[in-house]
Amino acid sequence: MPIIEVNNLAKHYHVYQKRAGWMASLGGLFHREYKQVQAVRDVSFQIERGEMVAFLGPNGAGKTTTLKLLSGLIYPTSGTATVLGYVPWQRDNAYRRRFSLVMGQKNQLWWDLPAQESFILHREIYSIEPAQFQRRLDELTDLLEVRKLVSQPVRELSLGERMRMELIAALLHSPEVLLLDEPTIGLDVVSQRRVQGFLRHYQVETQMTVLLTSHYMKDVEALCRRAIIINEGEIKHDGPLEEILDRFSSVKQIQLQFAGTEIPADVEKYGRVVERIPPRVKLEVLRQEIPRVLAALLDRYTIEDVGVQERPLEEVIAELFVRKEISTPTGGDS
Amino acid sequence: MSPALRIKWCILRTSIAERLAYRADFAFATLIRFLPIVTQVFLWGAIYQATGPRDARVINAYTYGDMVAYSLLVMVGRAFSSMPGLTTGIARDIRDGTIKKFLIQPIDMLDYLFWHRVAHKLVYYVIAFVPFALVFWLCGSYFKGWPGAWTISGWAISLVLAFLIGFLIESLMGLAAFWFLEVSSLVFVYMLISYFLSGHMLPLDWLPAPINAWIQLLPFKYLAFVPAAVLLEKYDPQQLVLELGLGFCWVFVLYLLNRLALTRGLRRYSAYGG
Repeated sequence: MPIIEVNNLAKHYHVYQKRAGWMASLGGLFHREYKQVQAVRDVSFQIERGEMVAFLGPNGAGKTTTLKLLSGLIYPTSGTATVLGYVPWQRDNAYRRRFSLVMGQKNQLWWDLPAQESFILHREIYSIEPAQFQRRLDELTDLLEVRKLVSQPVRELSLGERMRMELIAALLHSPEVLLLDEPTIGLDVVSQRRVQGFLRHYQVETQMTVLLTSHYMKDVEALCRRAIIINEGEIKHDGPLEEILDRFSSVKQIQLQFAGTEIPADVEKYGRVVERIPPRVKLEVLRQEIPRVLAALLDRYTIEDVGVQERPLEEVIAELFVRKEISTPTGGDS
Repeated sequence: MSPALRIKWCILRTSIAERLAYRADFAFATLIRFLPIVTQVFLWGAIYQATGPRDARVINAYTYGDMVAYSLLVMVGRAFSSMPGLTTGIARDIRDGTIKKFLIQPIDMLDYLFWHRVAHKLVYYVIAFVPFALVFWLCGSYFKGWPGAWTISGWAISLVLAFLIGFLIESLMGLAAFWFLEVSSLVFVYMLISYFLSGHMLPLDWLPAPINAWIQLLPFKYLAFVPAAVLLEKYDPQQLVLELGLGFCWVFVLYLLNRLALTRGLRRYSAYGG
């Protein structure tokens, strides 16, 4: 039975349209124009226990709105959803004890107090046994390497340290479902890797179900096997991460390092040059043409090093978001 | 201790710790609040002196001494009923999305805000106790001795009512942000109205009968006038019970309105701010 089940979920907002200028502002006092914004349109998917799924899409695609619906922050316009068998927007306390939502841009901890104080409040709110609480706190602070920082006021922590504290607060009650919205936003590379490493390890250990939104493809590639792509409120792809490349990228990249210091002038006839740092070049070539082009290149030039690779996932997805003419959804299978 | 009580206790304890985080600012803000009362005492002195010997003059059955005693007791009432930052804090949480922590955790938002506010008040009373005691000692001659246990009990209950009604009115205004987002004008209007209708500016029994009769039906009098009037023994025992009973009716009505506003507000909440 799926842990998260979403059927034809839709959320429409009634948004005030304000024109520029003070006359328009004055007019707005008497008459206002509203526009219907379809933040989420007929979204359906299922997530099984223990899955870690990436929820991808450009800004305004409906990712965060979907997470808000699943965490019960907002009511849908239509459709149904259950998480752990509960309807999220009914805000049943039993449900709220079993999931967690972490938003990278929002702080849940008491700003002026050490994180320890917020953790103790969580212990009471979630009725965690003191011994179990201490065990979990020790485990999480060790894994996230913040044990020495728990008694320091939150306002004095760096962004990366604060994010790790937020994760601890979110995980203290051992949620079965974790909804993560941009957990690494604004973090430096070291902090990003630390958070990624922790999430990967922790999810494998606990078999927690995770739905993750992130603009950092490194997060997604490091953590998720399945991706749901949403754009303009609709699901455009739901399946294994690798499938995105097979499905949406018709080309691969050939990396060549020529002998000597120059790149041959006629190399462009073999494919589109995407990077040129003499004596190295990166060519984009149609997938089915790879064997033929590679053979021709090796035959014609003296090549010191060669490699064939997929296009970076980030690039493919970014292109998808711009193109907008992605084919219809594939359904909920992973 | 039951889990529900333990949560309230923990919120209270954590909020006290939070309140004490900025000690200097808090102590300064607490002490500065005594300035208006000093101004008011001098102002009433000038008014009473303007038309004759100050201590002999009586305005609407209040001598100068009664007026100073009333003003001091109004100050005590306001120390219970004023909720600085509550309305704007709720509105800000709704606007920027911080409110989500109350919605995703198994916790009641109004309960949380209530205990948070109790903590703020407790810290305020501890810090303000010495200046309060000093002011009352200096102005001791304006009071007619210690009232009886009945009056003291009634006063204590009226202060609790002042706190509850003050909290519920301001939280209700904060919840209006679900509809209006910005409530600063509402706060301004409320402050203006409550300054007059609570008896903060003038004793309500100075107002002409028809206006006074209407004002007596509103909850604002519990914010300042009722606690002062109780300790100044302006109510007979039967009136006192009636006033306090009506106060609890207002608490009940305002509580229901808060619950209704929260439930309805959450239905239209869009979780702004990411």
